[in-house]
Amino acid sequence: MSDTTASPPVAAKEETPFRRFVSEFAANKVAVGGLLVFVIIALLAIFAPWIAPQNPYDLAQLDIMDGRLPPGEVGGSGITHWLGTDDQGRDMLSGIIYGLRISLIVGIGSAVIACLVGASLGLLAAYAGGRTDSFIMRLVDLQLSFPTILAALMILAFLGKGVFNVVIALVIVEWAYYARTVRGSALVERRREYIEAAQCLVLPTSRILFRHLFPNCLPPLIVIGTIQIARAIALEATLSFLGLGVPITEPSLGLLIANGFEYMLSGNYWISFYPGIALLITIVSINLMGDHLRDVLNPRLKK
Amino acid sequence: MTVYLLRRILQSLMVLLAMSVIVFVGVYAIGDPVEILISPDADQMERERAIAALGLDLPLWQQYLVFLQNALRGDLGRSFVFNELALQLILNRMPATLELAFGAMFLSVLIGLPLGLYAGLKPESIGSRVIMAGSILGFSLPTFWVGLMLIMVFAVQLGWLPSSGRGDTVEILGLQWSFLTANGWSHLAMPAFNLALFKISLVIRLTRSGVREAMLMDYVKFARAKGLSPTRVTFVHVFKNILIPVVTVVGLELGSTIAFSVVTETIFAWPGMGKLIIDSINVLDRPVIVAYLMVIVLMFITINLIVDILYSVLDPRVRLESKA
Amino acid sequence: MAIKMRGRKLAAHTVTCAVMGAAMSLVAHGAQAQNLNMAVGAPVTSLDPHYHQLSPNNAAAGMIFDRLINTDGDARMQPGLAESWRAIEPNVWEFRLRRGVTFHNGNPFTAEDVAFTFRRVPNVPNSPSSFAAFVRPITNVEIVDSHTLRITTQNPSPLLPQDMTNIFILDRETHENATTEQFNSGQVAIGTGPFRVVSHTMGDRIEFARNDSYFGTRPAWATVNYRMITNGGARTAALLSGDVDFIDQVPTPDLARVRADRRLAVSEKVGLRLIFLGLDHLREDASPFITDNNGQPLARNPLKDLRVRQALSIAIDRPAIASRVMEGSATPSAQFLPPGVFSHIPNYAPPAPDAARARALLAEAGFPEGFRITLHGPNNRYPNDGRIVQAVGQMWTRIGVRTTVEAQPWTTFVGRAGRQEFSAFLIGWGSNPEGSHPVRNILATANRDRGWGASNRGRYSNPEVDRRLEAALVEIDDARREAILQEAQRIALDDVGIIPIHIQTNIWAMRNTLQHEARADELTRAQDVRPR
Repeated sequence: MSDTTASPPVAAKEETPFRRFVSEFAANKVAVGGLLVFVIIALLAIFAPWIAPQNPYDLAQLDIMDGRLPPGEVGGSGITHWLGTDDQGRDMLSGIIYGLRISLIVGIGSAVIACLVGASLGLLAAYAGGRTDSFIMRLVDLQLSFPTILAALMILAFLGKGVFNVVIALVIVEWAYYARTVRGSALVERRREYIEAAQCLVLPTSRILFRHLFPNCLPPLIVIGTIQIARAIALEATLSFLGLGVPITEPSLGLLIANGFEYMLSGNYWISFYPGIALLITIVSINLMGDHLRDVLNPRLKK
Repeated sequence: MTVYLLRRILQSLMVLLAMSVIVFVGVYAIGDPVEILISPDADQMERERAIAALGLDLPLWQQYLVFLQNALRGDLGRSFVFNELALQLILNRMPATLELAFGAMFLSVLIGLPLGLYAGLKPESIGSRVIMAGSILGFSLPTFWVGLMLIMVFAVQLGWLPSSGRGDTVEILGLQWSFLTANGWSHLAMPAFNLALFKISLVIRLTRSGVREAMLMDYVKFARAKGLSPTRVTFVHVFKNILIPVVTVVGLELGSTIAFSVVTETIFAWPGMGKLIIDSINVLDRPVIVAYLMVIVLMFITINLIVDILYSVLDPRVRLESKA
Repeated sequence: MAIKMRGRKLAAHTVTCAVMGAAMSLVAHGAQAQNLNMAVGAPVTSLDPHYHQLSPNNAAAGMIFDRLINTDGDARMQPGLAESWRAIEPNVWEFRLRRGVTFHNGNPFTAEDVAFTFRRVPNVPNSPSSFAAFVRPITNVEIVDSHTLRITTQNPSPLLPQDMTNIFILDRETHENATTEQFNSGQVAIGTGPFRVVSHTMGDRIEFARNDSYFGTRPAWATVNYRMITNGGARTAALLSGDVDFIDQVPTPDLARVRADRRLAVSEKVGLRLIFLGLDHLREDASPFITDNNGQPLARNPLKDLRVRQALSIAIDRPAIASRVMEGSATPSAQFLPPGVFSHIPNYAPPAPDAARARALLAEAGFPEGFRITLHGPNNRYPNDGRIVQAVGQMWTRIGVRTTVEAQPWTTFVGRAGRQEFSAFLIGWGSNPEGSHPVRNILATANRDRGWGASNRGRYSNPEVDRRLEAALVEIDDARREAILQEAQRIALDDVGIIPIHIQTNIWAMRNTLQHEARADELTRAQDVRPR
């Protein structure tokens, strides 16, 4: 965290905001470690079909007679299951690698889309005020009071089950958090002198919104954003626990945990434990990056 | 101010109306309540009778008009499952959920604020790093998983706390409350903590970042320069400044805690509104779903209004808008 | 234990203990043994015994009320409020009622009460699933004397006694204008049964106290705390932590742990619920979830071909599902009813799994390369339903029928199944212990006017089956009726109208100081639990 007080390195070339950002980010070893772990996880997820010993989505490769094998056992098909198998005989290692994919798509996908939608609407509400503000904020009220599970059930009924539909459900559930947060900070910022100055210069609204107002609303947004990625992944797990998540034959980490948890009492810990570890590492690495990112991006910490 | 309030109330009514339409269409899209409620061996005649008895034989728009008519008289309908007034059912369940939600909020502020303050004031210390790592765990772990783990450890293994359910209740104002008995508290502890876990992390993070920002602000620097004691600086100047985001989030989270305590209530067999709504969704008990959402929306609107008013009180830079 | 009890119960407790006197004080755990804490998985939605026909409600009603004819753990008829019954003509049944029975409020039980009950059953307002069908055949109820009844039906009605095992008898004087709400509040939840209602918190718990003037076996418990814990893991945890003494619906993944725990005991009984696959018999042309291997719709519905249905059936390794997925708590079956139950077909076992023969049958039917199908199922209705669907998907894929599995909540599933939206789906059926029940509801051609095939969601139709059902429904001779029903089932099952998988075993778990008379009908009642 020494970066916050350190002066920017003297650059031989011209200093762009991006370069400064990169160098400030790189100064923190923990954050770089987080980034490294996250990159490895992302690579694992992207190249899952070439890395995983088994295709856990292909029912023909599974056999319930291999079900709940403890870690290290060799299954009927000759594969050594280093992390054991679940109740369907699915290799846990393969399941986790493929599950990472689904969880990342769901978590990051929904957080990014929800952030874009929510932040734009929040900014608009704060800047435009009046009717627009009221309309958007009542929409937020409506959204925030709508139980996640009911929304997910309805979307499930309309669209059917699937990874993409879970993303849509999460976006619908989460955009309001961003909108409300951004509006809150923007309301304060809007009164500041630099916005008034920009308005006096008759800059276009979109420029004022995105070049002046938005960067100053970023810090709380990033706090919420990193939390929401983690939350989206956990929420997807909860939806799976309630039987509303992704399809059972294409389990995410959350679904693997939820499914495996039922076997916890009987001592088949590995079905739930290893996906849990994977989920934890993923979320922690995202948050380590996010934490530091927030400090780097916060204009108010640069005095 | 009055104009502002009136406007907000009018807008809120629109929200309520929109919500009821969404629920009607949504429940209609999900499935047929009679298919779920009826005994499997009921014949076609019995099915038709049940459909008519629940008023589901009318076209959807007519069902909605009937609902609106009754709603204007304050009658939100009868539960398909319990044959009791939906609103009454919800109000009977409300104390249990309120207890849980307030318990969780209380815990999150009680634990989150001091830890966050510490982490913000001494960001480099080992203690802060442990706190921040812990807070990451707090919102990484799915609620249901933590809940079942708590039961495993504290009820099954150690036997310290009861595994589920609500404890002894005392009747106040015609409603049953359990927070006044020791037995009630022992039942409340685990579910409240389970529900609070996420919020504790949230409060820690918000407080920490707020403190860190505030410490760099000119007015804090001046206060220090003036020779004010660090305690006074922290608790008067810094504290006041970080309250805005914390108040916003705690306010917002109180609503969502009440609305989304579903998972915790299911795992701990806590007889609150969350349990009622998930049960009602599972059997498509539309009158209860509609009434529940009406109550929740009203609650949210109220909370948001209070948060907005608090904003203007806490931060004079924000003014309540009344212009069109 | 005593510390955790509510004040009211503690008081009741003290009184009982005092009454029991010195004899009880010899027993160290005397006080504990008088109270039973039980937890059930399915919530009771009403204490009105005629409001909602639902197993958990019937279980609770079975503690408060009685029926003319009760059933034992094996679902056999036993005298209840009627001591005896016989058909005096093909369409007239005479019931002789038990004398000296009183309701909880002291009112005597008479034939008037039965006649009143029959009148109330079809007229409960807003009932989402009434008991009306059980009294619909009745055209006249004649009160011969205060304790003799003659019931006349439209047609010869061999099933009338069976129907009477479903109707709980109320008191005319108490319940003349009683509403469902009054029952739910406990105010008029007054019957002749072994327990009185002390309090009821909807969806949470019911507190009972013993009815000391019960006419049957005296219940072992002075008080019962009947809690509803819907989450399976939480229910097991409540038992393991000692919060409750007795639970039902033990999740199969927890079975190994519960069985291994010496402090606990398990009771089990083969149930009456068959888990089976329904198939699309409705469409001759393309079925909605079947395509060729390139994803193009097929011109004809392969499921209309008997050989394809046979192939899909023998592809399934039922013993593997029973042992691996159900952990032994299921019996592979090729028919609705387990051995020992009326109209079970003797020596009619499920086919041995044979992937090679399944492939050969598919080739014969013109699908040597198989096809693609989506198998639908619920994921929160039956024990391990989502897992069974996946296991079947594995087995079908292995014979060349590439299967996609879609499991969804019962809420969305059941409506779609009822509208014939699926090609193949998993579902269950809990039978009455009489073959006409599943045949009429599942296998008979759907027909509104006759009330047949109401749950025939695949729309299987076979006139040979219908003809036999028609004969069985008016056959008063039990032996002849059983033979006809066995034949009807055999025809439909040989034709693979449905693909049976297994019959579930009902499982309860308790402290090892207790014993329980397990029931085939899945009902969980306090009178079936006693100290060991």
